[in-house]
Amino acid sequence: MNEKVMEGSHAISEAVRLCNVGVVSGFPITPQTHIIEAIAEHCSDGTMKAKYINVESEHSAMAAIVGASSAGTRAFTATSSHGLALMHELLHWAAGARLPIVMGEVNRALGPGWNIWTDQTDSLSQRDTGWIQLYCEDGQEALDTVIFGFRLAELVNLPVMVIIDAFLVSHTYEAVSVPTQDEVNEFLPAFNPRIKLDLENPQALNQMASPQYYMEMRKSMQLAMETVEDIYDEVEDEFHDTWGRRYGSVEGINLDADVVFVTSGTATTTCRLAIKDLTDKGESVGMLKIKMFRPFPAKGIQNALKNAGKVAVVDRNFSFGAGGIFAQEVKSSLCNLKDAPVVFNFIAGLGGRDITTDTFFEMYEKVNANDIPQTESEWIGINEQELK
Amino acid sequence: MRNYNLTEDVFVNPGNMGCPGCGATIAMNLALKALGEKTIVTIPACCWAVIAGPYPMTTLKVPILHTVFASAAVTASGIRAALEYQGDNETTVMAWAGDGGTFDIGIQSLSGAAERNDDIIFVCYDNEAYMNTGVQKSSSTPYGTNTTTSPGTGWKKTRKKKIMEIMAAHRIPYAATANIAYPQDLINKFEKAKSIKGTKFIHIYASCPTGWKIPSEISVKIARMATKCNFFPLYEVEDGIHYQLNHVGDQSVREYYKMQGRFKHLSDDDIDKIQNYIDSDFEVLLGRL
Repeated sequence: MNEKVMEGSHAISEAVRLCNVGVVSGFPITPQTHIIEAIAEHCSDGTMKAKYINVESEHSAMAAIVGASSAGTRAFTATSSHGLALMHELLHWAAGARLPIVMGEVNRALGPGWNIWTDQTDSLSQRDTGWIQLYCEDGQEALDTVIFGFRLAELVNLPVMVIIDAFLVSHTYEAVSVPTQDEVNEFLPAFNPRIKLDLENPQALNQMASPQYYMEMRKSMQLAMETVEDIYDEVEDEFHDTWGRRYGSVEGINLDADVVFVTSGTATTTCRLAIKDLTDKGESVGMLKIKMFRPFPAKGIQNALKNAGKVAVVDRNFSFGAGGIFAQEVKSSLCNLKDAPVVFNFIAGLGGRDITTDTFFEMYEKVNANDIPQTESEWIGINEQELK
Repeated sequence: MRNYNLTEDVFVNPGNMGCPGCGATIAMNLALKALGEKTIVTIPACCWAVIAGPYPMTTLKVPILHTVFASAAVTASGIRAALEYQGDNETTVMAWAGDGGTFDIGIQSLSGAAERNDDIIFVCYDNEAYMNTGVQKSSSTPYGTNTTTSPGTGWKKTRKKKIMEIMAAHRIPYAATANIAYPQDLINKFEKAKSIKGTKFIHIYASCPTGWKIPSEISVKIARMATKCNFFPLYEVEDGIHYQLNHVGDQSVREYYKMQGRFKHLSDDDIDKIQNYIDSDFEVLLGRL
């Protein structure tokens, strides 16, 4: 193991190189492009044996690796925002085909107006496609998540999306501890596909399914999803044994506090600083980071938040006509809990607007000022004069 | 040597879901006779997504990967890449799409694969409309056709897209037209395609009794007439520039048009106009030889 200073994007590329991936497809989109550029370089200089396909769209990027994975190789692609939206049809197809694909996804806002900065609405819009979604806070977590993401995907036969924030992770240089090839080979065995196009045993894959069969196919996906949390824990145990790092599907700090923030992505890092500052001043405040969004770890979240005074979910995303997307899910996981804490929802940092410690201090004051939320979701830092 | 007796070496199982007289089913049967058992087929949304059979059955004796409408070519590219990674340069990977999945929604992916010169055979079995969804107009539908989305006097007033010219413009090593009514020619072309590395494109004329409103028993006859009147000439293009004509038609298009319900509204003047189109297209083709 050695430490290197690298971009979050390149931490993902490095992980893909170490995972002995057989086929990578790529189509450029800011801020994802550095991931596939680095992989193309690895393939070109021979440090990676994968076949790299320069496809003509993100729709094709996913279709290419659906083909590659079905033919029995480990496969990877990466995308962001409009690219992910264009892929939508194939996201359903990859999950329905039960392919253990891993994809890097860089959270970026959707237009119009064109906006290349971070915003989670792109990946959260794909929540019903059957993909496991894992959100990362920094480059190290991204590298690690790709490695155990392949392990997890191949154990449950569901695709995994490894998600980082635009620029705040993708283009930020940090020290990243890079495992050795031998270590990764030991942790991630050679790909042994459960589903494969086989000349010796010719079958049709992904064919027409009548009402007589379709529902069982979908229930089988759900049954696989239901095993993910436990298998994720086991995979993380093994990962921890080798590399001493563990993230958890959720991570809690001071969960019995009067106010507990719920965060994801890089907002979590800022939140860590904010609650330290507040705690130093004698305030009772905690934090719950949600790493795993699909499957949604409802039991873990219920358990984590049951003793909180008030819960404040910070959403860098929005579902129009409803509210922050993490908040909706958190509320639904708490709704059958006796004496559930009230849930405040703050919308902050859309389209790359900064979320700073001051943003957290402002939200903290708002939560303290009210026993119950005054609105379904409160937007932070809005310039009223710009509203039309 | 493969046995081309039509009843032997069959890779398409009987009892499949093709309509009576389905040209697309005949086409697959002939194609696989030439390609053999070391073939993987990928099929997007099209008639063949149904003909290939519903879960848990399959019509083919080779593996099939069903894929989405727009993605036949690139799915084949992905399969090819995976096989190459595994050291398999022998298995033929064939994308098998209808005209919609080739001329319309599939053209971006097809163009991408052709530009990369991915080592696949892309086959368009052309029945000149969206037949699986009930005969809607495609960009392969010829001038003068009634479909359910070009009905009555709204019959199609624009011409069939020249997909072969588009593919030739990619300078792929091999492109050919074929016709179910010329089985030996079709088989020869698939054998040739199999022996060439890079992107191969085969455009098969595949009659559709249901959509063309013809009796099923004249399906092959109609297909043959299309070539005999130069409506669908048989030719090959190597490297995008070397043309070779396999058959010269000498009949007028009138009878071909008159025999099909999809053209029954056309006047003699309309058919004269079509004859002119076909003559000038054939002149262009002859000019390329």
